[in-house]
Amino acid sequence: MITYSATDHFILLPALLLGMFGIAVLLLDFLFPKDIKGRGWLVGIAISGLVFAGWQLWEQHRYLAEHGMTPLTGFNGALMLDNFAIFFNGIVLVSAALVMLISYRYLENEHEHHAEYYALVLFATFGAFFIITGVDMVTIFIGLETMAVSFYVLVGFLRGDKRSNEAAMKYLLLGGFSTGLLIYGFSIFYGLTGSTTLIALASVVPARDPHDPLLYLGIVTTLAGLLFKIGAAPFHMWAPDTYEGAPTTVTAFLAVASKTASFALLLRVLAVGLSGARPQWEPLLTGAAVLSLTIGNLAAITQSNVKRMLAYSSIAHAGYLLLGVVAGNDTGLIGVAIYLLTYAFMTIGAFLVLVALRRKGTAVETIDDLAALSRRYPSYALLMLVFLLSLAGIPPTAGFIGKYYIFLALVESGKYGLAILGALYVAVSLYYYFRLVRSMFFVESTEAQVLAPSNGVRLALAITGMATVAMGVLPEPFIRMAAASLGR
Amino acid sequence: MSMSEHLLSWILFTPLLAMAVVLVVPAGQKNLIRIVANIGALVSFLVSLGLVARFDNHAPGFQFVERATWIPALGANYSLGVDGISYLLVMLTTLLTLLSVLASWSSIVDRPKAYYAMLLLLETGILGVFLSLDFFLLYVFWEAVLIPMYFLIAIWGGERRLYAAMKFFLYTMAGSVVMLIGILVLYFAHASQTGVRTFDIVQLMQTHLTPAAERTVFWLLFLGFAVKVPMFPFHTWLPDAHTEAPTAGSVMLAGALLKMGSYGFLRFSLPLLPSASIDAGIVQILAHLSIIGILYGALVSLMQKDWKKLVAYSSVSHMGFVTLGIFSLNTKGLGGAVLQQINHGISTGLLFLLVGIIYERRHTREISQFGGVANRMPNYATVFAIAMLSSAGLPLLNGFVGEFTILQGAFEANPWWAAFAVPGIVLGAAYLLWLYQRTMLGEITNSKNEQLTDLNLREWAVVLPLVAAAFWIGLYPKPFFDTFEKPVAQIVERLHSTHAEARR
Repeated sequence: MITYSATDHFILLPALLLGMFGIAVLLLDFLFPKDIKGRGWLVGIAISGLVFAGWQLWEQHRYLAEHGMTPLTGFNGALMLDNFAIFFNGIVLVSAALVMLISYRYLENEHEHHAEYYALVLFATFGAFFIITGVDMVTIFIGLETMAVSFYVLVGFLRGDKRSNEAAMKYLLLGGFSTGLLIYGFSIFYGLTGSTTLIALASVVPARDPHDPLLYLGIVTTLAGLLFKIGAAPFHMWAPDTYEGAPTTVTAFLAVASKTASFALLLRVLAVGLSGARPQWEPLLTGAAVLSLTIGNLAAITQSNVKRMLAYSSIAHAGYLLLGVVAGNDTGLIGVAIYLLTYAFMTIGAFLVLVALRRKGTAVETIDDLAALSRRYPSYALLMLVFLLSLAGIPPTAGFIGKYYIFLALVESGKYGLAILGALYVAVSLYYYFRLVRSMFFVESTEAQVLAPSNGVRLALAITGMATVAMGVLPEPFIRMAAASLGR
Repeated sequence: MSMSEHLLSWILFTPLLAMAVVLVVPAGQKNLIRIVANIGALVSFLVSLGLVARFDNHAPGFQFVERATWIPALGANYSLGVDGISYLLVMLTTLLTLLSVLASWSSIVDRPKAYYAMLLLLETGILGVFLSLDFFLLYVFWEAVLIPMYFLIAIWGGERRLYAAMKFFLYTMAGSVVMLIGILVLYFAHASQTGVRTFDIVQLMQTHLTPAAERTVFWLLFLGFAVKVPMFPFHTWLPDAHTEAPTAGSVMLAGALLKMGSYGFLRFSLPLLPSASIDAGIVQILAHLSIIGILYGALVSLMQKDWKKLVAYSSVSHMGFVTLGIFSLNTKGLGGAVLQQINHGISTGLLFLLVGIIYERRHTREISQFGGVANRMPNYATVFAIAMLSSAGLPLLNGFVGEFTILQGAFEANPWWAAFAVPGIVLGAAYLLWLYQRTMLGEITNSKNEQLTDLNLREWAVVLPLVAAAFWIGLYPKPFFDTFEKPVAQIVERLHSTHAEARR
């Protein structure tokens, strides 16, 4: 007997709003003639969907705060509403809103301004909600697929662009394969427990023989699927091509929303479901982290395409985030949360500058395209500098706090070697981030275009720029938020 | 916020305020920018004079302490204070910034606004390092210094500026991130022994860590400090950065930035990690590296064809004396090291300023391009002679006092160290006198040097304060020794008591 209780409704409401607004965007698109000028209302409706969903998240947070932070479960234990879910959903919503702000002008320039774009962004956010909130493997899987399918289409949204199509195809094929691995792992866990919830898994795992091959197989396949989703080595191959080919706005969204949601899932699966099997998965995760740091940082050095370079750097970021999980203490988990929060703003910010500089007919993609930016548009150059410093993790910017927490956690658990390795890769990453700085500030260029960014771009740049600095200078409230998300 | 209550905050943030004012001036008004920047640097210096008026040589511990919570979740506070070890460095930094800003008046034509903004930002960063009493805060400033310095070298530097700037950035960054890990190890080691998680330097000083933990932390911090000083073999970034930087950049690098490293040893390694610092193995290694640095730096200076590069390499040699003094671990050695930091700032700062003055006229630093300059620039040659003799350690000038005291300390610790360090002074005199002979003396051999004009009023204003300081310390160093007598004695006493405990 299927019931739909008030609690279920309360938990589901943000997703419900996202889905409904997504469909509304699609339907309203029919009612208006296609050639109407200034279809800003599409953005308006889509953003108001996000705002309403965000408002509901806030209500959920208030409810939890009033009731002593006890998590709510809904749909017979398929969804769990806790601060963790609210925090990560919040990051995804904010990143979606920022991406919406910058997409309008970008899509106009590309002559691909369609309502479907906004609907798909909302659907992806909708999918992310179930990945983050779900504690039932089937629910999680459905969320994962909803998000992934939306992204497959979004990545190939520039229909006339071969690279966009190629990127979408690669992402689809490899993504499909990894989803297969993940669901295979889930099916093994179902076989072990007879239940699809992670909580049941958590109670069964400690009782199993630690050398049980079935458990190993489940862990390895699940991890492979998860590592693909977060873009960590050795399952990172899709990232550079997809990041490069996708529309830049989608790249930003993919880099932040998909990674955040997938990381929330990884935390739920490993820290809740498989917490009893830490000895089995920790070495695998450590290996993946070190490999991601190495491949990401070293491969980024030779890139000439900015988006590709940022793709490799995002692989390196995945490595740092994994180190936070490897550390295996509260500090590490808080570190992951705060890192993802800061990562969202600085990454979107960096892609945003590329979007803002995008002119009709001239793509700003290679490092040389940014030459002499400091003379042409000093404010953009300065903002990009802030984002790059933050990505590298130099104080006093947001990125430093994230990296700092990861190192703190590693040192706390006595993993000095990993801490030093991670720290030294900061110096390596500076090299490639500063190749951009070098191009922006020290290379002369004859190009002199006049540029009028849209108000959306201005607003989004202001938000990301200020957030990146504020989180670095006064990180206290953000750290508290991240710690509260993990119930600390 | 009255100035007397928050003197250190004022000192720290006045340059930042000045930077903000500079940024407001329209970019086209180049002279106005210069005037504002000079006034800003002057005001910063005047504010720091408040310290001179009220600093108490006999007060124990830190003075003018300010504390405010900053990031409670991390145990990091905004906490500032000075003692005799940091006091002179603060004064040196504000003075050198003022002179650097003044020296840049005519040499910086390209983007002066960004240039002065970076210089003033750099000043705040360096002052932050010397004033912080919280390790987290210190680290933030420590890193923040790199960014303006990178841009100063990379935008306004010489021909290979991009290479030099990147090398400087990567080298020091690698050192400081490892230092960060060291800070965190210290933080947890302290927490596991006392149950208190804090970055407060005063609190950290009150705990004895286990010798093994101390050694781990020591080496991790060592990497951060040694790259900054720079100690042999971590010095390879220095010649490039110093040579390629604009004059003011070189002055700030040599005068103030390098001191972050030696200050780190004095402020953190010795007092926080006494048992690692007196560990015979560690002391041997560091003393030997210092002596190698002294001799190697001097020998390489002897071979240089580039005027500025010669001064740059001489820094490796002179900073070797500072670290040798520190790891003599006695009152003489430490006191000499504290003073020699200041001396090096004065004499090397002066030398770089003088190289800058001649470079502005001739646009070359090739030593062979000069000769007989004294015929056309007698005043310049006189000041250069003073700078050179001060750097070479001639009695009556500042360098002698510092180096002599360090050698006394080194001799007390191990006569062999002194024996091997003394040739460094001889070599120092050799390369400097030879430089002087080749550039200043004799007949003018290169016709381009015929048109050289002597120091103008502004250049006099730039060099005179340093010349006066060189004579002051050389003739009457007592007031300077008095300022750091107490903290140095405290460090030595702490080292002794650790030594005695280890014996028992």
